[in-house]
Amino acid sequence: MKMLSTLQTPRSTLSRFSLPSSTITTQAILTHPQPTTAPPSQILTLRHSLLTNTLSATDLIQSHLTRIRLTEPHLRSFLHLPSDQSLLDQAHDLDRRIAAGEEVGPLAGVLVAVKDNICTADMPSTGGSRILDGYRPPFDATAVKRVKELGGIVVGKTNMDEFGMGSTTEASAFQVTANPWDVSRVPGGSSGGSAAAVSARQCVVSLGSDTGGSVRQPASFCGVVGLKPTYGRVSRFGLMAYASSLDAIGCFGSSVADAGILLHAIAGHDRFDATSSKQEVPNFLSHFDSASSLESKPLKGLRIGLIRETIEDGVDAGVVSAIRDAASHFEALGCSVSEVSLPSFSLGLPAYYVLALSESSSNLSRYDGIRYGNQVYAEELNSLYGESRAKGLGSEVKMRILMGTYALSAGYYDAYYKRAQQVRTIIRNSFKEALDQYDILISPAAPSAAYKIGEKKNDPLAMYAGDIMTVNVNLAGLPALVLPCGFIENGPTGLPVGLQMIGAAFNEGELLRVGHIFEQTLENCRFVPPIVADSVE
Amino acid sequence: MSYTIFRTFQLHPFLLYPTSILKLQNRFFHSTTIKATQSQQTQTQTKHSTSTQSKKLNNLPKDYEPIIGIETHVQLSTNTKAFCNCPYNYGSFPNTSICPVCMGLPGALPVLNSKVIEFAVKLGLALNCELAFDSKFDRKQYFYPDLPKGYQISQFDVPIASSGFLDVDIPLEYGGGHKRFGITRVHMEEDAGKLLHTENGNYSQVDLNRAGVPLLEIVSEPDMRNGIEAAEYAAELQRLVRYLGVSNGNMQEGSLRCDVNVSVRPIGQSKFGTKVEVKNLNSFASMSRAIDFEIARQVQLHSQGQADQIVQETRSWEEGSQRTITMRKKEGLADYRYFPEPDLPSVILYQEYVDGIKNSLPELPEGKRRRYEKMGLGMQDVLFLANDKNIAEFFDATLAKGADAKLVANWIMSDIAGFMKNEKLTINDIKLTPEELAELIASIKDGTISGKIGKEILFELLAEGGSVKEIIEKKDLVQITDPVEIEKMVDKAIADNPKQVEQYRGGKTKLQGFFAGQVMKASKGKANPGLLNKILLEKLNS
Repeated sequence: MKMLSTLQTPRSTLSRFSLPSSTITTQAILTHPQPTTAPPSQILTLRHSLLTNTLSATDLIQSHLTRIRLTEPHLRSFLHLPSDQSLLDQAHDLDRRIAAGEEVGPLAGVLVAVKDNICTADMPSTGGSRILDGYRPPFDATAVKRVKELGGIVVGKTNMDEFGMGSTTEASAFQVTANPWDVSRVPGGSSGGSAAAVSARQCVVSLGSDTGGSVRQPASFCGVVGLKPTYGRVSRFGLMAYASSLDAIGCFGSSVADAGILLHAIAGHDRFDATSSKQEVPNFLSHFDSASSLESKPLKGLRIGLIRETIEDGVDAGVVSAIRDAASHFEALGCSVSEVSLPSFSLGLPAYYVLALSESSSNLSRYDGIRYGNQVYAEELNSLYGESRAKGLGSEVKMRILMGTYALSAGYYDAYYKRAQQVRTIIRNSFKEALDQYDILISPAAPSAAYKIGEKKNDPLAMYAGDIMTVNVNLAGLPALVLPCGFIENGPTGLPVGLQMIGAAFNEGELLRVGHIFEQTLENCRFVPPIVADSVE
Repeated sequence: MSYTIFRTFQLHPFLLYPTSILKLQNRFFHSTTIKATQSQQTQTQTKHSTSTQSKKLNNLPKDYEPIIGIETHVQLSTNTKAFCNCPYNYGSFPNTSICPVCMGLPGALPVLNSKVIEFAVKLGLALNCELAFDSKFDRKQYFYPDLPKGYQISQFDVPIASSGFLDVDIPLEYGGGHKRFGITRVHMEEDAGKLLHTENGNYSQVDLNRAGVPLLEIVSEPDMRNGIEAAEYAAELQRLVRYLGVSNGNMQEGSLRCDVNVSVRPIGQSKFGTKVEVKNLNSFASMSRAIDFEIARQVQLHSQGQADQIVQETRSWEEGSQRTITMRKKEGLADYRYFPEPDLPSVILYQEYVDGIKNSLPELPEGKRRRYEKMGLGMQDVLFLANDKNIAEFFDATLAKGADAKLVANWIMSDIAGFMKNEKLTINDIKLTPEELAELIASIKDGTISGKIGKEILFELLAEGGSVKEIIEKKDLVQITDPVEIEKMVDKAIADNPKQVEQYRGGKTKLQGFFAGQVMKASKGKANPGLLNKILLEKLNS
């Protein structure tokens, strides 16, 4: 990577997004005192290159298209790629505007991949489901709209487990995405395509969705940063609902800064989502300390609680060890780290599945083949419904609809749905108590590193159990940041392990600040998968 | 949304708008076809049944007690739908007022129109209900092509208003009397779309213009005992929503839809009989007749020992044959799998907000009726004046100008009502203003014009408008109250008709009218009748 002097953003950016030059700088990120493994902010680097004319958007797209040609056949991250020409057209336009001295948005030229359950008006949006094969929404999701307004270029729709129901992308109706670290392994899910795309540098950042860990677990499996914002922080308008009370659009990036910049772009109240919060969106990056200016104990006084239940039996030893190392790293940065017990933690999984499946059984009713999507001709109305849904929906989805329907049925509602809601309240309260004592809670993002494709395909319970680390956070509606913190052994490169940091509601800023320091000071870890390591240099 | 329309259009190129292809082998569809043929066959019966309506009431057996409860759906006249920005105009071309939200497209979310809450609170207060200060929306789940999301956003266990009542005055022709009917609950929900069936019955089409239009469902206590009471309850509800301005209450357009539950039990039995739901009631008259028919049907089954043949079902009122027929039998209770709507926050009301609405409520029909009653008006007048919001406003505006209530009531009830009836106009269409009616009454009262002239002026005002003063001046209609002038005219009449004077004086005193007529004619109707007669009598008898 080239050395850049400072990030004096050469031209004014949109005021909402102005980056104070004194805080985060590409210098800090890119010119660490020693040869470093700290990931740069690709967004800021790119912006600087574009605005100083050291790189044209057209060249950027050309090299992107080359990389897609090289990597996509092995990874299958995307369900839809726009035509080369449409990307080049956007690049030409951007080059022209920069040359003309026009103001360009803070995401100008940033290549953004979008999970396929997030609606895009100019590309198909299937949610990974056969029933929406070929469906093109008439509108952009609010998050996509904001990305585009700020200059981001949508480079494709990423593969996912059908409607978000899965942890591997194996439940996609169309294809299985491979993990860039080891193509025989799953990238995680359900946002596996978005995680793999960032990991393999098929885009700069990507949007995913997280209902029970669907951003954080694939971030962990693919060695990228994954951010699940507070419930309500990002508008859900245009996100195909899985479980409305748990769903959150999240961000992937190859650095904490990039995930933070993307979150800033998409966060904030939206009048089209009644559950989106009116909480002010701070400029997350303005609180970042540059690595060069860090004191020896930059996180002095920060209280970190390591959730005991997440490093007990059933969790891969390599994962536990990576997390303990991360805890030591925090201590080295000046934090106090102690174990904290959340007794309700294990209740999260059953409560999550009851609630998520109940809501999904309702949310997926609209896929009936009447107004859009694929309709099977039938002689009679109920057959039309039955056949369209039987053919259009995959087995995992059907199983979850059945379970959710059961849980909401008369006579079972109190035993399942209502009880799960009570558990949810308990979990929410226990997190609140823990976050009164600690600034940040940490845990693994998943009980293991990426596993082999097919390994858990026929064992749904084992796969569901893999969500243990993440579902509680959705039930509590809290923000969580996953960032790669270490490796477990696997072949020459190993497999990345993700650290989950959980913060108080609407305090993404603190997670990003701490995560950035953690990431910039972590040594001997370079989270670039072998499939692209050479070309990234 | 043109894009979506276009897309669907491509899928089914033989149709004009988003649609589905549904074979008519569904039971819902069957009834529609049956209805069509039967109503043709039996149209001739209509007249007969209508005329026997009041008789039927009296013929009801005294051994059985009918129990009637009513579920009413009121479509709210908000500018936009409940959860999106689409307007709703009855009768628009299919699927021209739709968007991703009311079409239930993937990723679309509902956002509540706050007017819906305001209207619900208004009606809740007007129905004397307790308001739920912390209520919520729930999803009622079922599959039907007119329901885009596969669930209806409704309220289940915490309706926004409950435990109220509605006061009704039964019209005199139905026995009169004041009744109070309980209101179980009022809740907010969204309307569904409509299915349009093709003539050949090969497929059906979906029109989603109505999908997402806000409704209030009002559930009554089972307090009504006959068709008239039920119809009066519904009519009062219609008046209420019109007074409140929350709905146009139009039954033909479906803005006010009533489903009634009818059961019958032997007098003295505390357990309710099996209840039957009757739908397709498009007017208060059909509601009343449908209920009385259903009561008679059930009573007959009871009295024949066939009470077990009354089953829980939905029956449809057939206007043509004037009877109810089975629409669908209920196979146990439908499980709608209600659960709280996660896309919408709870509905929290603040006392201040509720008080604000309470203070802005207009005077309601019941309040008006009691007020008019206190003015000394008869019940017939009271009901006529109070039961139509516009007439009541006209009446009140006339009173506000200082006119006497009874006089105004008389004018409205007789000549004005007659004129409206003849010309098929509403009170809003006539050119007479309340100010001028008050002026007219005052002019008669103070003797400026005679009552007879008053009537003439009234019809001119009704048809042409203008002011009383102008007309009086223009046509020189001021009453002659100068005794000297009248005396002159009397003298002339007496002088011109010596023969009649002789006859009068000979005992034919009825001829007084003749002379009065002569004088009136001479004065072009302007002579003050009292003065005229007084002077005339003096002269004739002297």
